[in-house]
Amino acid sequence: MSMNAVLEARQARFASRKRVNTLAIVLAMAAMAFGLFWLFWILFETVRLGIDGLTFATLTQMTPPPNEEGGLANAIYGSILMVTLATFVGAPIGIMAGIYLAEFDSKGWLAETTRFVNDILLSAPSIVIGLFVYSVVVSRFKSFSGFAGVVALALIVIPVVIRTTEDMLRLVPAGLREAAYALGAPKWKVIGSITLKAARSGVITGVLLAVARIAGETAPLLFTALSNQFWTSSLSEPMASLPVTIFKFAMSPYENWQKLAWAGVFLITLAVLGLNIVARVLTRQKS
Amino acid sequence: MNQTTSPKRALSGPLADQIFGWLAKAAALLTMGLLAAILLSLTFSAWPAIHKYGLSFLTSTVWDPVQEDFGGLVMIYGTVATSLIALLIAVPVSFGIALFLTELSPAWLKRPLGTAIELLAAVPSIVYGMWGLLVFGPVLATYVQIPLQSAFSGVPYLGAFVSGPPVGIGILSAGIILAIMIIPFISAVMRDVFEVTPPLLKESAYGLGATTWEVVSRVVLPYTKTGVIGGIMLGLGRAIGETMAVTFVIGNFNQLDSLSLFQAANSITSALANEFAEAGEGLHQAALMYLGLVLFFITFVILSLSKFLLAQLRKGEGTKT
Repeated sequence: MSMNAVLEARQARFASRKRVNTLAIVLAMAAMAFGLFWLFWILFETVRLGIDGLTFATLTQMTPPPNEEGGLANAIYGSILMVTLATFVGAPIGIMAGIYLAEFDSKGWLAETTRFVNDILLSAPSIVIGLFVYSVVVSRFKSFSGFAGVVALALIVIPVVIRTTEDMLRLVPAGLREAAYALGAPKWKVIGSITLKAARSGVITGVLLAVARIAGETAPLLFTALSNQFWTSSLSEPMASLPVTIFKFAMSPYENWQKLAWAGVFLITLAVLGLNIVARVLTRQKS
Repeated sequence: MNQTTSPKRALSGPLADQIFGWLAKAAALLTMGLLAAILLSLTFSAWPAIHKYGLSFLTSTVWDPVQEDFGGLVMIYGTVATSLIALLIAVPVSFGIALFLTELSPAWLKRPLGTAIELLAAVPSIVYGMWGLLVFGPVLATYVQIPLQSAFSGVPYLGAFVSGPPVGIGILSAGIILAIMIIPFISAVMRDVFEVTPPLLKESAYGLGATTWEVVSRVVLPYTKTGVIGGIMLGLGRAIGETMAVTFVIGNFNQLDSLSLFQAANSITSALANEFAEAGEGLHQAALMYLGLVLFFITFVILSLSKFLLAQLRKGEGTKT
């Protein structure tokens, strides 16, 4: 009799444990679906509204005044120019600093501090970088300029590249380095033609991710490069960029501006997600 | 010793090595100097405002560029309120995602699903902003705000939270969009720390007859709690510093007259994004710089804390087996 009661109590307890478990599993699946739902919704709307606004003129004509036909050519050009220059300025510095952390001094106080500072910079609000560049470049030269935009973007590239370069160099087996040293190669040659070469795809991935990150950045450009309604190649003038133009156009009440903004959002999402996927494929081949 | 090697190598080797070493060290020093330079230049530019208001800047709600009187409480409130809403939504969801990816998902689905969630982090914030303003806002207004308002309109206290024009712009929409943006960061950290739990511990629990939920809540979570908190902090830091998405949907309204979640408000980042380029040199700009400094300080503290907690977990890794 009491034996039965104990058994029943146990079974009830087991059943309730199972119920809790099922509930947790269902909730976890719901959370996963919740996350995916937003991704698909955002991508769906971006493609739907973006393709709607995209014409050949979008790529060839200048940004128009309200309620007139036009395109995004100067903004696209400005973005490509500033992102390219910022990558060429920021990536070498990031790679060198990454080399320092991985190959020269990986445990000293300088390396520890640099790593800590780098992590802070990596997640620092990008608008603060904009403020910084404003106060050291723009207010000094008394003018918004494409050059200031390049500096701001380069400052965002550096920490991203440092982090991946260091991580990737650490994956290179020590035996490879030792073999090169044993053959009498000087350190710069070991790093340049052995370790860096072995970690090449990883380092390139880091640079690609940095490009993807700055291609979509708006905040640091708002008060450095500002924007420009016209085509300009001069880095000492304010320069249009795709994200800032989207911001301006999307917040406006004019229908043609909003349409162009959607086209811009589509282009930028395509570029950024494309770069991310290429970067992922590159690292997957490695591992 | 050098005489035995050829003169060319004796010269070029050490010299090139030294130059290369200096370059690498200079790049590292430059990065370190950057943080100091940012702090110094912000403080310097904000000095007129710091000098005039001191810490009372943080408790004043006046923001009047015409009269040149500034206080940051409205923006600080907006930043804190939106980030808290974001955490409230993002933490349980990220936990669910991490649980799904580490314990439930079939192996072949792990990678594609993990990548899809990570891609959420890659979508530029301006895309979130525009989508939030033009697509999500109206949907939120029609299907969430208006029903909530009619349900709670007479209820004391709760009614105040849902008053105001239901136009899909304001603290609630900004909070929800921030939540979507930080889910990938928090869930990635949670997934990674869940994966460092020694399989032996989990298998022992399963062997004793524990259910999946019991293993996660009583073995994995206690083992990884510092890491989980570190991940949440990381997400919080992101939410506080996020600019564009918030600027689109928060409404940019510099007053604090109700606690309603539907009320248009302002955050530190969106005040900077909207006003800085137009602000004249002088007190207005200095006040904005002061806000930037406050923002940088808050994120600095939160990120340092998160790094510290994550490092704590790593330290324990080797000892607890």
